[in-house]
Amino acid sequence: MVEFLQFTLSGVVFGMIYAAIALSLVLIWRGTRLLNFAQGGMAMLTTYVAIEVIYHTHSYWAGFVVALAAGLLLGAASELTVIRPTAGKPELNSVIVTIGLLILLEGLAGIFFGAQYRSFPAAFSVTGLKVGSTPLGVSRFDVFTVAAVLATTLILAVTFRYTTAGLRMRAAAFNATIARLSGIRVARVLTVGWALAGLLGALAGVLVSPSTFLYPNSMDAIFVLGFTAAVIGGLDSPVGAVVGGLLLGIVLNYVAGYLNSNLTSLVALGILVAVLMIRPNGLFAGARLRRV
Amino acid sequence: MQTLPRRLAVAIIVAVVVVFLSIKLNAFRDYQIAEIAVEVTAVAGITVLTGLSGQISLGNAAFMAIGAYTTALVLLHLNWPFYLVLVIAAAVTAVAGAIVGIAAARLHGPYLAGATLLLGVALPSVALAYPGIFGGEQGLNVTFTTPAFLGVNFPPTRWQAWVTAAVALIVLVLLANLTHSRIGRNWRAVRDNEVAAALDGINVAAARVRAFVVSAASAGLAGALLAIITGTVAPGGFTLTLSIALLTAAVIGGLGSLPGALWGSLVIVLVPTYVTDVATSHGLSSTVGANIPVAAYGVVLILVMLVFPHGIQGGLLRLISAFLGTNQKSRTGRTAPPPHVTPSADQAPASQHEKEGSS
Repeated sequence: MVEFLQFTLSGVVFGMIYAAIALSLVLIWRGTRLLNFAQGGMAMLTTYVAIEVIYHTHSYWAGFVVALAAGLLLGAASELTVIRPTAGKPELNSVIVTIGLLILLEGLAGIFFGAQYRSFPAAFSVTGLKVGSTPLGVSRFDVFTVAAVLATTLILAVTFRYTTAGLRMRAAAFNATIARLSGIRVARVLTVGWALAGLLGALAGVLVSPSTFLYPNSMDAIFVLGFTAAVIGGLDSPVGAVVGGLLLGIVLNYVAGYLNSNLTSLVALGILVAVLMIRPNGLFAGARLRRV
Repeated sequence: MQTLPRRLAVAIIVAVVVVFLSIKLNAFRDYQIAEIAVEVTAVAGITVLTGLSGQISLGNAAFMAIGAYTTALVLLHLNWPFYLVLVIAAAVTAVAGAIVGIAAARLHGPYLAGATLLLGVALPSVALAYPGIFGGEQGLNVTFTTPAFLGVNFPPTRWQAWVTAAVALIVLVLLANLTHSRIGRNWRAVRDNEVAAALDGINVAAARVRAFVVSAASAGLAGALLAIITGTVAPGGFTLTLSIALLTAAVIGGLGSLPGALWGSLVIVLVPTYVTDVATSHGLSSTVGANIPVAAYGVVLILVMLVFPHGIQGGLLRLISAFLGTNQKSRTGRTAPPPHVTPSADQAPASQHEKEGSS
């Protein structure tokens, strides 16, 4: 029973990280109708920036803040430089461009930071918390991870719902032409969307790296599961992204804990196929009309 | 000339060129020829699946893995001749493709991409979960010898280049015929408008599954060839990177065109090696030298997509038509892929209705 509780709680922690990646993908999908394969690579690069800042300033929080800022910048810069020129070209082109960006970022990380595994510090203690004498299987830092992702998600949700900027973003995602006619600068809104996605990715990178080490490909596996979470939830739904992330995090933790850690990706595939068999556009997809 | 004899003639000319090159070039270049042939075989499968039937796959490395492990296991336990092994590998992966195709028949755009991506990541881990059969992390060894009639001094890489190039050419000729048959026309109809295709009496689901079968069989053959030329089959050989490279090659070359599959394969095999050569000859340190090709490859992908939206084949046709004047325009129009290649393009307006409900 204690074991079950531990697996569940640490599953929630991983789930929140997948949810952060999934949310960043949903943000971009809603705005640009594009899957950003470079999301993991961008998170990896901003985490390297954080590690350098922490090394030079000896301050974790300086690194944390700089990483998030770098995420914003990298997201916006990617949209402005390579994504915008693909508008109006065949749809797969922009997908290949994001793949090219991913490969470029991983190459740059290898050139500037080397290929060796580097350990990344955690903001708080990583020793397990206990209730009485029962270990919970999660640490103070894990609690921070969950809180940080939840807080960011809530801030984004509130911004989208209650501010003018949020209304503009929703309008641009809903119908770009009408939004443009209403005087919304759709292109700028898209850039902001990419910047926010970059921030979420950077957050995920900083939060996951203490447990995975940091190397140029370190975010690949996290990206795949974040993508899976977004697909399970339905790519249009932020709530779906969080639910998908938590579902994956918890179930995969049970599989790794009770069965065999080599089976996790197979089980993830099983979950994905099962969900898509029943709902081909994800759990939280609304009624879908098909253009004839 | 009739199309079939013309394709055969082209294939024979290419075969003669490959034989000539393989004799002139050194063992390393021979190995590269074999690598390109393997790549073309797999990429042609993507050309059919994504380019013609409009279904994206980010998991064809999984089919390559199935073909490669089938080859290794059959050679290890039964020791049958390699041409028979290739046929078995293609048949086994075709069955796997049918299963995946049936499971994927309702999925579109990013949902299909997600499912196939995870397939590509998950399948190699089966080898880790059952090390008794598949050899775990180390994988299985494959022994492939040159036939006795060529003599003992015949370079093995040259024989491998011949075998792989022969298989690649056979696959390309078969696929070229298939794409211009009723089956290929049905694929294009399904890709361009599923509803219209269904109204015309095309069995949409069957057409989509058929594309997966053909694509998987090509990938399986490529996997079998890869097992033969590398001499080993291990889960580390069938990564996400490989799956992505296959799709990338198909799009870079020109989606939906079989010559494009060749251009794309040349790019993804030769560009990294070429840049490494340049980097090391300028005396760069090994970490930097090893990563510059990676970064340069990324830049090439981005640039090709921005400069030649229809891939290298599309760019070539445009150059040719510009060179010859306007009378070639119709040709460009026929061969270049249409602007909306994936079904999700058609879904974008629909999903706007959906958001109306949710927001």
